[in-house]
Amino acid sequence: MTAAGVPARRSDGALARRLLIGLAVAVAFILLGLPLAIVIVEAFARGAWTYLAALTDQDTLDAIRLTLLVALCSVVVTTVFGVAAAWCIARFEFRGRSLLLTVIDLPFSVSPVIAGLVQVLLFGRRGWLGPFLEAHDIRIVFALPGIVLATVFVTLPFVARELIPLMQEQGAEEEEAALSLGASGWQTFLRVTLPNIRFALLTGVLLANARAMGEFGAVSVVSGHIRGATNTMPLQVEILFNDYQIEAAFAVASVLAMLALVTLGLKLALERKSDTHTHEERPT
Amino acid sequence: MEILNVSYDPTRELYRRINPAFAAQLAGAGDIDAAVRMSHGGSGAQARSVIDGLDADVVTLALAHDIDAIAAAGRLAKNWQSRLPENSSPYTSTIVFLVRTGNPKKIRDWEDLVRPGVQVITPNPKTSGGARWNFLAAYAAGLDKAGGNDAQARAFMKRLFQNVPVLDTGARGATLTFTRRGIGDVLLAWENEAFLAMQEHTKGGFEIVIPPASILAEPPVAVVDQVVERRGTRKVAQAYVEFLYTPEGQEICARNFYRPRSKAVAEAFGKVFPKLALFTIEERFGGWTRAHDTYFADGAIFDQVYQPGG
Repeated sequence: MTAAGVPARRSDGALARRLLIGLAVAVAFILLGLPLAIVIVEAFARGAWTYLAALTDQDTLDAIRLTLLVALCSVVVTTVFGVAAAWCIARFEFRGRSLLLTVIDLPFSVSPVIAGLVQVLLFGRRGWLGPFLEAHDIRIVFALPGIVLATVFVTLPFVARELIPLMQEQGAEEEEAALSLGASGWQTFLRVTLPNIRFALLTGVLLANARAMGEFGAVSVVSGHIRGATNTMPLQVEILFNDYQIEAAFAVASVLAMLALVTLGLKLALERKSDTHTHEERPT
Repeated sequence: MEILNVSYDPTRELYRRINPAFAAQLAGAGDIDAAVRMSHGGSGAQARSVIDGLDADVVTLALAHDIDAIAAAGRLAKNWQSRLPENSSPYTSTIVFLVRTGNPKKIRDWEDLVRPGVQVITPNPKTSGGARWNFLAAYAAGLDKAGGNDAQARAFMKRLFQNVPVLDTGARGATLTFTRRGIGDVLLAWENEAFLAMQEHTKGGFEIVIPPASILAEPPVAVVDQVVERRGTRKVAQAYVEFLYTPEGQEICARNFYRPRSKAVAEAFGKVFPKLALFTIEERFGGWTRAHDTYFADGAIFDQVYQPGG
C-alpha cells in the first residue's frame, strides 16, 4: 500500500510541479514578455525609418539626455547615502537605528506622487522655502534640481537595502583586523570594506539606475512638462501618445525598455561573476 | 531669447504651428531671435503649476477662471482680461458631439444624451477646462428644456452623468478613451478637438454632430507680469500674444479648427465652421466666477449631480 502510494504521490508531485512551473512561465510571459514584445512591434509598426525619425526628434533627444543626467545625479546621491547608511546600521548600535531603517524604507511605501507633492509644498513658490528661494533666484521645482530630488526620493532605498544584510552577515572582524594593524579608517574602507561589498553595491546601483530612468509619478508632479527642457523619457512617452504620435511614443518606450533590459543583463552577469568569485575564494 | 507658453491640452497642434510662424515674423522684422517652449496639461492643473512657481511668460488656458486664479495668487494684474482685445481670447470654440459612423444611437441634440442606454464620454470638470464648458453647455440645454426650472435642470444633469462611464482628467484623455479605446456612444468635445480627431483617424469611424445650440467657449491668453518682469521678456511675450490676433495668427487658428475672431478670416473659413446658436457664459451664467462657485466648487452642483459608479 505504502510502497504503491509513494511513487503515485511522487508523480503527483511532478505533475503539480510542472503545472506550477507552466503557470509561472505563462504568467511571466503574458504579464512581462508580451507587453515588451508589443512595445517593440508597435515601435516599428511604420518601419525603421519612422522609428529613427522619432528618436532623433529634438524634444525626444532632450528627454533622453535629461533622463540620463537625472539618473546619474540621483544614483550618485543614492550610492553615497546607501553606503553611509548601511555602514552605520550594520556596524553600530545607536539610538534611532531602527528609526533610520524604517525611514530608508519609506519610499517603498509612500506613493511617488506624494513625494512630488512634498517637493512642491517645500520648494514651490508658495511653499515653506518658496519666499527664500525666490529672493535668491533659485529654481528647484519645475527645473532640474526638483526632478533630481524627486528621483532621489524614490531610489533612496535601493543601495542601502542591498548592502545592509550583506554587511551584517560579513561582520566587522576584517575591518577590526585592518584597524588593529594600523590602517586608517579611509584605508580600511577602500581596501577591506569596499572589496567585500562591491558586487552588492553594483547590484544596488544598477537597480537604482533602472528605477531612476523609469520614474513617472514623482517626476510628473515637479516637472512642469516643459517640452525639450523638463520632460524625462517616461513623460515624453505620455506626451507623444497624447499627441497622436503613437509610433513615436512606442519608439521612446522601446528605448526605455532596452535600457532596462541592459541593466538587468548587467545585473545577471554580475551575479554570475560574484557567484564564481565566492566559490573561488571560499571553496566548499 | 526663450519664452515659455503654459497651455491646456488640446492646443498642442495649434501652437506647434503658431510658434515657428511667430519666430519667423520676429526674425523678419529684424528683431531678436525668439523661441517659444510649450507645456501642456489640464487647464486647472497648469494654472496650479504656474501658481506654484512654473515660470510661464505666457499662459493660454481653457477658461478665464484659471487665469483669475493665477492673478489671485499675485502673478499677474487682476485686470488681465481687459488688456487684450475680445476678452483676451484671440480664438473661440464651442462644444459639439463626436459619434460613431452612421450615428447608430441617433444623437442630434442635448436631450438625446440623457436617454437610457446612451454612453456619454466627458472629462472631469474638476480638472479639465473643456469638461466645464461641456457641463455648462449641457446645463443650459437642461434649463431651456425645463423652461428655466433649476431643479429640473439638475435632474437632467443627474441623468446625463448616470450615462457617463468614466471621467478622464483632461480633454485629450477623453478623446483617446472614445477613439482609441472604443468606449462610449458620444464624446462631448471641443469643436477643434473633434475636428482633429476626425483628421487623425483617416480611416473614418467617427462623425461630428452639431447640436442646434451650444456655448461659445472663449479660451483666454495673458502675459504673466511677474515672470516677464523678472526675466526681461515682456516685449517678446507681448508680441507673442498680439501675434495671435494678426491675420496670419488668425489664419493658423482657423486651420487648426479654432474659430477666428477676425471677420475676414472667419469668412474665408466659413464652410469649415457650421452655424449654430451660440450663447456666452456671461449671458447664461453671469461669468466664470459665479459659474465656478455655483457649479464646480466643492459641494456645488457638479458634486451633487455626479455619483461615481452611479
